[in-house]
Amino acid sequence: MSAAPLLQGASRATGTAEPAFVRLLLVGIALTFLALFLFTPLAFVFVQALRKGMGVYLAAISEPDAVDAIRLTLLVAAIAVPLNLVFGIAAAWTIAKFTFPGKNVLVTLIDVPFSVSPVVSGLIYVLIFGLQGWFGGWLQEHDVKVIFAVPGIVLATIFVTFPFVARELIPLMQAQGTEQEEAATVLGAGGWQTFFRVTLPNVKWGLLYGVILCNARAMGEFGAVSVVSGHIRGATNTLPLHVEILYNEYQFAAAFAVASLLALLALVTLALKYVVERRTGRHLQPQERELP
Amino acid sequence: MNTSTMGVPADECRNLATDPNFRMARAFDVEGAAVLDRPRTNGRVLPGFGLGLGYTLLYLGLIVLIPLSAAFIKTAQLTWPAFVDIVTAPRVVASYRLTFGASLGAATINMVFGLIVAWVLVRYPFPGKRLVDALVDLPFALPTAVAGIALTGLFAPTGWFGAWLTPIGIKVAFTPLGVLVALTFIGLPFVVRTVQPVLEELPRELEEAAATLGASRWQSFRRVVFPILTPALLTGFALAFARATGEYGSVIFIAGNMPMVSEITPLLVITKLEQYDYTGATAIAVVMLVAAFALLLLINALQVWTRRRQGASV
Repeated sequence: MSAAPLLQGASRATGTAEPAFVRLLLVGIALTFLALFLFTPLAFVFVQALRKGMGVYLAAISEPDAVDAIRLTLLVAAIAVPLNLVFGIAAAWTIAKFTFPGKNVLVTLIDVPFSVSPVVSGLIYVLIFGLQGWFGGWLQEHDVKVIFAVPGIVLATIFVTFPFVARELIPLMQAQGTEQEEAATVLGAGGWQTFFRVTLPNVKWGLLYGVILCNARAMGEFGAVSVVSGHIRGATNTLPLHVEILYNEYQFAAAFAVASLLALLALVTLALKYVVERRTGRHLQPQERELP
Repeated sequence: MNTSTMGVPADECRNLATDPNFRMARAFDVEGAAVLDRPRTNGRVLPGFGLGLGYTLLYLGLIVLIPLSAAFIKTAQLTWPAFVDIVTAPRVVASYRLTFGASLGAATINMVFGLIVAWVLVRYPFPGKRLVDALVDLPFALPTAVAGIALTGLFAPTGWFGAWLTPIGIKVAFTPLGVLVALTFIGLPFVVRTVQPVLEELPRELEEAAATLGASRWQSFRRVVFPILTPALLTGFALAFARATGEYGSVIFIAGNMPMVSEITPLLVITKLEQYDYTGATAIAVVMLVAAFALLLLINALQVWTRRRQGASV
């Protein structure tokens, strides 16, 4: 680096760098590909949402069905995310701080929901709680609705967002080892004290990262929720399902208006993710983020 | 630490020394009575193992394992010929062909362009690079239904892209080509994000050495850089493929969903479910689950290979 810039320039042109036209061509191909498949669809959502003016836009996102969908989406995320957060912490603590047989199997099992199709994720809860399912008869006798009701939506959402927090925390806690916690214990700290004063501050950014991704998926899940929801307006309609209903009724401006709320959520998610990545100075491997 | 001088039986020392959890306990046992008054569960210093493992297994069992087993138990009630009949019916086979074919096509497109995008993001400066880098993850963050209606709108005959493509005879929306477009969108980040870190950590000395030895730029890419990237590239390909085979939300809007032509397997599961054919839906779901688990094992093996290849190069 500190060598003469002239020399560096010369080596760039011949030895370890591509000719300028190749570089330009590759940048051009990459940006064209991303523009076609990423940027244009994103822009299209907002253009279509505002096509009929601000009035139509605001009406679409403030009509009662839309407000109910927003409320349900927030409620589902507010239940699913904390539950998976607690699980993620428990799993990461167990896996990262202790050795026990079968640990690798456990880590693989935690990842399983990412490889299951969303449709199948919904279906398995129908098989258990649906009318013909294992507990269908019992639930009907006691007048409890799980499928085509909010509990089913919550369960399906928990399933599809299950691994997010655990996946973030396990490699992070493993890398940090156990010395600090052992020191705290030796100095007389109790278990919870050690966790809240030592472990948690060490992993807070990874934790936040996992929660952000978990929340985005919880609010945006479509396939799994669609199977268990029954699409009852004002009762079991989440935001993504509301988008589908409006779209299928050819209310395109309204569908894109509601969709733009979800697109905004995605942009906020990416921005937060970017901030956390800068803070931690790391580049996450995809195997640490969302899997299929 | 020299254990033999501490007056502890040699066997025990060896046992203790192999397990990092024992290190602290040993120090204290040896020094004196510091931990004698504390109950030692299994010799572990840190608390919470029982609670943590218990809760992890309970939650995993209730949310994931028991519900998933329901699909297999339900299908196990079928006789083998009945199962085969359901999962090899012509309409179902047509859906496999579309789902796996389009997933393979989309993963291939993403492998080629993902490599170029990763290369450009790591190697070349250009304006707006950070923004572009952050936006590559958009398909992970954007709800699939939103992606679905946006792509459909763009590629419909009157849409921004469709208006150009339709006159030259290319129909995308409501055809199998639309499935390919949607699956390309949702699989886009995988190859970029698997290749990018490997490329970042690739020592430039390797290419410098190749250049010194007289290799052309293309030769040193093909013979030096590309072999190091191969495992990561294949991992990204497999991840994109696996994600695409299960995808539902972004596809159903653009596919047109015509039986035998543009109907994907996940949609067929939903169709059967809506006809109250739980047995049929579950049998097809089991086929999808088995395929997904096989892919998961393949991906795990590829990731091990990636790490090994990367480790060998650095």
